[in-house]
Amino acid sequence: MWRYFGRKLLIYGLTFFVAVTINWMIPRFMPGDPVQSMLSRANIAQPEAVEAMRAHYTNLFGFDLPLWKQYANFWAALLQGDLGISIWVFPTPVTDVIVRAVPYTLGLLVPAILLSWVAGNRFGAFAARRKWLDNTALPVGYVLTATPYMWLAILLAWGLGIVAGVLPVAGAYSFAMEPSWSWEFLGSLVEHWLLPFASLFLVAFGGWAIGMRNMIIYELEADYVHYLQSLGASRRLVRRYAFRNAILPQITGLALQLGVLVAGALVTEIVFSYPGLGHLILKAIQNQDFFLLQGTFLFIVIGVLIANFVIDVAYVVVDPRTRIGMGEAA
Amino acid sequence: MTAEPPESVAESVAESAAVTAAGSAAVVTVRAPRREALYFALRNGKLVAGLVVVLVFLLAALLVPLTIDYGPNDYVGPAASAPSGEYWFGTTTFGQDVFAQFAYGLRATFLVGLLGGGLAAVIGMAVGFTAGYRGGLVDEILNMITNIVLVLPALVVLLIVNAYLGVRSVGVQALFIGLTSWPWAARAIRAQTFSLRSRDFVDLARLSGVRTPKIIVREIAPNMSSYLFMTFILLFGGSILIAASLDFIGLGPTQGVSLGLMLNNAARWSALHLGMWWWFIPPGAGITAIVGALYVMNVGLDEVFNPKLREM
Repeated sequence: MWRYFGRKLLIYGLTFFVAVTINWMIPRFMPGDPVQSMLSRANIAQPEAVEAMRAHYTNLFGFDLPLWKQYANFWAALLQGDLGISIWVFPTPVTDVIVRAVPYTLGLLVPAILLSWVAGNRFGAFAARRKWLDNTALPVGYVLTATPYMWLAILLAWGLGIVAGVLPVAGAYSFAMEPSWSWEFLGSLVEHWLLPFASLFLVAFGGWAIGMRNMIIYELEADYVHYLQSLGASRRLVRRYAFRNAILPQITGLALQLGVLVAGALVTEIVFSYPGLGHLILKAIQNQDFFLLQGTFLFIVIGVLIANFVIDVAYVVVDPRTRIGMGEAA
Repeated sequence: MTAEPPESVAESVAESAAVTAAGSAAVVTVRAPRREALYFALRNGKLVAGLVVVLVFLLAALLVPLTIDYGPNDYVGPAASAPSGEYWFGTTTFGQDVFAQFAYGLRATFLVGLLGGGLAAVIGMAVGFTAGYRGGLVDEILNMITNIVLVLPALVVLLIVNAYLGVRSVGVQALFIGLTSWPWAARAIRAQTFSLRSRDFVDLARLSGVRTPKIIVREIAPNMSSYLFMTFILLFGGSILIAASLDFIGLGPTQGVSLGLMLNNAARWSALHLGMWWWFIPPGAGITAIVGALYVMNVGLDEVFNPKLREM
């Protein structure tokens, strides 16, 4: 078991290293000059001012140092939690901007992932090999999982928010309010959370339901199922065994899908102007705020790595084989 | 969300497909299983329905732009008019023809799917075959690389890369999508190869001195061809969805039009609040229909190649 965790942690450590390196490399080795594009965005007429700005930005990126030194400095700054200064909300440090946005993204993402996973698995297991449910639920599931997150979000915002007018479509709370611990504010928070949550939940739900339905069908063909059936076990009991076996690949699937789910949350936030990381990314891109964009990237990578590790732990808890070191799986 | 098959399912699919293929090829002539597959393919509702939808959209993408004598971004009609006989899908706030944008956008969608999915499939196969067949240290290293790319959230990496690209095109977008979305395919193909490499016919080939690349191409790949094809379809659909997200965030191709860019424009110019539903419904519906049809097609193919699933 410790070998299993050791390997996992090694991979996550390497992944973090690669992510930081990508982050460092891209501004330096991509075609195009980030300093130039920031200068042209600032749109200044006097040549002296342009030169001063160029010197400032070159110094900020450290472009005038030798490459290895730039790389070392990058790590040193990173380990001190310094990700640079945001240009969009100058002069707030990028770390502060991101830390303010993270709770909104987590508040949206964590419930959506967990609830869709649980509900999707239950529903998929229930629908498998039940002719009429299989025939109606399956096509719906495929349509849902093929839907781009932002499109479902747009449809929900348009249908429920604008045409029906029952739910708000922008922001995390009413524009007329200040954040506080009052019931009124919490109510507004929940009201604004419902639609983005629903669109994330629905798309993910479709995927889990289909995955589980397919797994159960395979499991019901397995030897142990035939054996149980020949012993005269009840349908309920057989299904319960099949479910416990089918849930394992679904846990692995959860780890595989994390990236897609995070991407879904980002575009959903953009649709609803929800002030999480997706909103930051949009603003960073619109304002050519590369520090903010890269800081957000690192935060997301760290979040995904932590989530992966949590899933690994869950896998060991659920599957006894990994505990005695038999399983190489996952 | 891309419907990646849980690995163990995928394994058992290709394994049983491989077993039946190998078994029947030994007994009957080589052509019989192929004809059998076609027989079941034409009678499989899911496969036929999915294929028809994809082909209809593909034909629309190829032919419709030929019948339109103005560009997708030209200002041709009255501003913000609802669908009518003249402009089937209405016009945008600027008087662009939504139908023309849709038809041209379909082209970009298929292109990204084909190039991005194709590149991912090629990398996935190269890594999967090599790691699975060679084993040992090569396998360890390739596995490590695969796991690292697998854990990195693809879209976020693509965001960074594309943000720094000054000029973006569909081709470059597809290139980077292909470079980031291969790992799960490589893992699945590696597992398949692993189970095939100790079969008798592979041993026989090795004993007769056939070189490794040839063994992979001639002995191993054909025995999991159905599985490889299904992997490609999933990668194709996945590329389309990732490209749509990128376009929507505002990192789409700097010139031209795509379905994701249409959604981006519709959202940016508040089509939602102006009630211009004809601007944002067609592009999303197009993506959903194509990707959904691909997934349904894949289920159909699964049933055709895997006899166990047929008696449903």
